[in-house]
Amino acid sequence: MALLSENSGRSLPDYETQAAKMKSFSPYADNGGSVIALAGDDFCVIAADTRLSTGFSIYTREQQKLFPLSSKTILGCSGCWCDTLTLTRLLTARMQMYEHEHQKEMPTLAVAQMLSTMLYYKRFFPYYVSNILGGLDEDGKGCVYSYDPIGHCEVTKYRAGGSAGALLQPLLDNQIGYKNQEGVEPVALTQEKAVAIIKDVFTSAAERDIYTGDSINIKIITKDGVQDSTFELRKD
Amino acid sequence: MSSVLVPEIPAPGFSFDLCQRNNFLVKKGFQAPKAVKTGTTIAGVVYKDGVVLGGDTRSTENTIVADKNCSKIHYLTENIYCCGAGTAADTEMTTQMISSQLELHRLNTNRIVPVCTANAMIKQLLFRYQGNIGAALILGGVDLDGPHLYCIYPHGSSDRHLYTSMGTGSLAAMAVFESRWKPDMTEQEAKELVADAIRAGVFNDLASGSNVDLCVIRKGSVDYLRPYDVANVKGQRNISYRYKRGTTAVLNKMVHPIIIEGETVRRLETEPMDTSS
Amino acid sequence: MALLNKADWHTPAPFWQNGPAPGAFYHFPGGSTHVDTGGFQRSQAPITTGTSVVGIQFKDGVLIAADILGSYGSLARFRNLERVMKVNDNIILGAGGDYADYQCLKSNIERKILEEECLDDGLSLKPKALHCWLTRVMYNRRSHFDPFWNNFIIGGLEGDKVFLGTVDKLGTAYSDPVIATGYGAYMATPILRKAYEENKDMTKDQAIELLYKVMQVLFYRDARSFPKYQLGIITREGGVEIQGPLTLDSYWGPAII
Repeated sequence: MALLSENSGRSLPDYETQAAKMKSFSPYADNGGSVIALAGDDFCVIAADTRLSTGFSIYTREQQKLFPLSSKTILGCSGCWCDTLTLTRLLTARMQMYEHEHQKEMPTLAVAQMLSTMLYYKRFFPYYVSNILGGLDEDGKGCVYSYDPIGHCEVTKYRAGGSAGALLQPLLDNQIGYKNQEGVEPVALTQEKAVAIIKDVFTSAAERDIYTGDSINIKIITKDGVQDSTFELRKD
Repeated sequence: MSSVLVPEIPAPGFSFDLCQRNNFLVKKGFQAPKAVKTGTTIAGVVYKDGVVLGGDTRSTENTIVADKNCSKIHYLTENIYCCGAGTAADTEMTTQMISSQLELHRLNTNRIVPVCTANAMIKQLLFRYQGNIGAALILGGVDLDGPHLYCIYPHGSSDRHLYTSMGTGSLAAMAVFESRWKPDMTEQEAKELVADAIRAGVFNDLASGSNVDLCVIRKGSVDYLRPYDVANVKGQRNISYRYKRGTTAVLNKMVHPIIIEGETVRRLETEPMDTSS
Repeated sequence: MALLNKADWHTPAPFWQNGPAPGAFYHFPGGSTHVDTGGFQRSQAPITTGTSVVGIQFKDGVLIAADILGSYGSLARFRNLERVMKVNDNIILGAGGDYADYQCLKSNIERKILEEECLDDGLSLKPKALHCWLTRVMYNRRSHFDPFWNNFIIGGLEGDKVFLGTVDKLGTAYSDPVIATGYGAYMATPILRKAYEENKDMTKDQAIELLYKVMQVLFYRDARSFPKYQLGIITREGGVEIQGPLTLDSYWGPAII
C-alpha cells in the first residue's frame, strides 16, 4: 500500500527510465585540516597540517594552509577549501590596497578586525572556514586571534582549530594555559617549547583524527622575520 | 511460566523488544547512537596452492580512529578464515556464530569442512536479516577441492573470485589487483600482492590505516601474520609530559576510621573435583 | 556588469567605489544568466557526462588522459567525445563531468586565447593563470547555486616549471604531481602516487605506459568507462600534442571461473 500511495500518478520505480537524474548540490565541502597558533612574549608560532582531503580520500599531501598576509601576520585556514581560496585572495587584495593607500603595512590588530568584518559580511552565506590569525602586535608581542565561520573574533594566547581542534585544544589548555594544574608556577613560553608542543600535539592528533596527517608546516614570526620549517606526520 | 524468582530463559536469536520504542524516538527527532564501523580495506587472492587474506587494522567512529590495531581476519575453522568489513560488532559476532556452527558440523561429519559450506551458512544468515546485519565479508579457505575465495555482501549475496577486495578501501586495493594480478602465483608473490593492495588502501583511503595483517592458508597449514608489515610508525614525543607530585588538585579530604569490632578465622576444606559423570 | 547593478544579495555590494567589486574582477562567463528572479534557483544536474580524467607530471612535462565516452545516465550514448583540449602552446586541459558545461567553458577559453593572440604582444596565457581563472569562474557559479558540473585538470609549462592542477565544481583547487578525478580518484591515484614516489623523474615513455595501465584498470572497474582514450602530452621540447583515440587492450580471463 505504501508503495502505491507514494508513487501515485507516477510509474513504479522498477519501470523508471535510466535517464539523467537530479543530483543534489551542496555549495560546501569539508576538506579537513587543523591549525594551531601559540603566542609568546616576542614571537608567535603558527602551524597547520598539509593534508587536503574530502570524504575518505586525500586530494593532496602537500597543501600549504598558512597564508602570510604581512611580515608580522599569518593566517591559518581549515574547512571548506574553495571558501578559503576566495577569502584569502580577497584578503591579500585588501592588504595591498591598504599598503598603497597608507604607505605602511596593515598592523595585526587591524587585519584581525578586517577579517571579522569580512566574515560577518557573508553572515547568511558564510565562508565555511575556521580561521586562526597569528602575529605580532604593535608592541612586538605575540598575539593570536581565532574566529568562527561568521566572524566572531577572540584574542587568546593559544588556540587550535579545524578538524582536530577538539583533540588539540585540551592539551594546549593544560600545557600552555596551565589549566587544571595545582601549585605550578607558569613559565613564559619559549620558542623551543612552543615548537616541541606543536609537533607532539600534531603527532597525537594524527593518530586519532583521519583528516589530520602527512606533515605539518610551522612558521615562527619574530621581529626579524618569519622562520619556516616542516615536520613529518603519519601518512595513513 | 515466569516469575520474579524463576526468570524465563530468553528466546534464541536477537531481541527486538526496543525496536518500536526506538523508531518512535527517532521519529521524534532523537539522534540514534552510531555503531563503530571498521571502515576497512580487506582483500584476498587465490594462488597456486592456497589462499592469502589481508586486512588493515584501523577501525573508525565517524572521523575519529576508534582502534589503531584491531584484528579483521577472523578464525572460522582450521582451514577457513574470514575477513570482515562493515559494522564491527556484526562482523565479529557473525564470524563467531558461524565458527561455532562449523565446528559442530565438523564434529558431526568428521570431515574437513568445505569452504562452500561456510559460504552457504553465512549467506543464509545474512539474507534472513535483509542487510540489517552490516557485515561485508571475504571468506577464504582450502578444502579437499583446493583453495576457494568468496566475497559475501551484507544482504546475503556472494560471489566466487580469484582475487577480491571489500570495504571503503576496496577500490584502491582492486586497482592494485587489476594492474598486477596474474594466474598461478607463488606464495611469496601472492603475499606481496595482497600486502601492496592493503597498503594502497592504508595510504589512500582515510578510513583504513595502521598495519597490514595477512593470513596464508595452505593445504594442512596456516600462517597468521599479525602484523605482517607495520606500514606506519607512530611519531616520537619531543618533551616529557610527567607532572610533579601534587599537581592534581585535592578538592576535599575526609578520613573514615575503620573500627574493628572483632576478629574470627574460618578455615575452608578444599573439596576434590567431581569427576563422577 | 549585471552583477554590479542588480541588488543581488549573494554578490557583495561594492567595497570600493573606484574599482571592481569582489567577484567581479573579470567578466565571468555566464554572468548574464543570473537574472534576478527574486529568489533561489536552481541547482541543475549533469546530463551528458564524461567519467574520470587522470594527469601526471614527469621529468620534463605533463600527461593528461581521459576516455572518449559520453554517458547519458547509465546509457553509453556518445562514443567519440573529446575531453582533452589544447589551450595554447603551453597549456592542456582535461575535463570530466557535464559535457555541455565543458563546451561552454571551452568556447570561453578559446575566445580568451583568441583575444590574447590578437594583441600580438608575444605573451601567452600561463597554466597557473588559467587555473586561477577557472577557480574563480567555478566558485562564482557555485555561489549562485548554478554550478558548472565539471572537474578540470590543467597541465602545462610555466617557464621551466611543470604545472599540474585541478578545479572542481565548487571551485576547490589544488596542484599536485598526481591528480585523478571521478572514479579515478579512488582507483587511479593509488597506482599513480606509488609509481610517482618510486620514480619522480619518469621519462615520457614511462609516464605514457603508466597512464595506459591506469586507464586499463579504470576500464575494468568503472562502469562508465570506455576502451578508447585521448592523451594530452606537453613537453619542453615537443610542445603540445593531443594523441588519440588510443585503444586499450583488455583481458577478462579471471572474470570467468
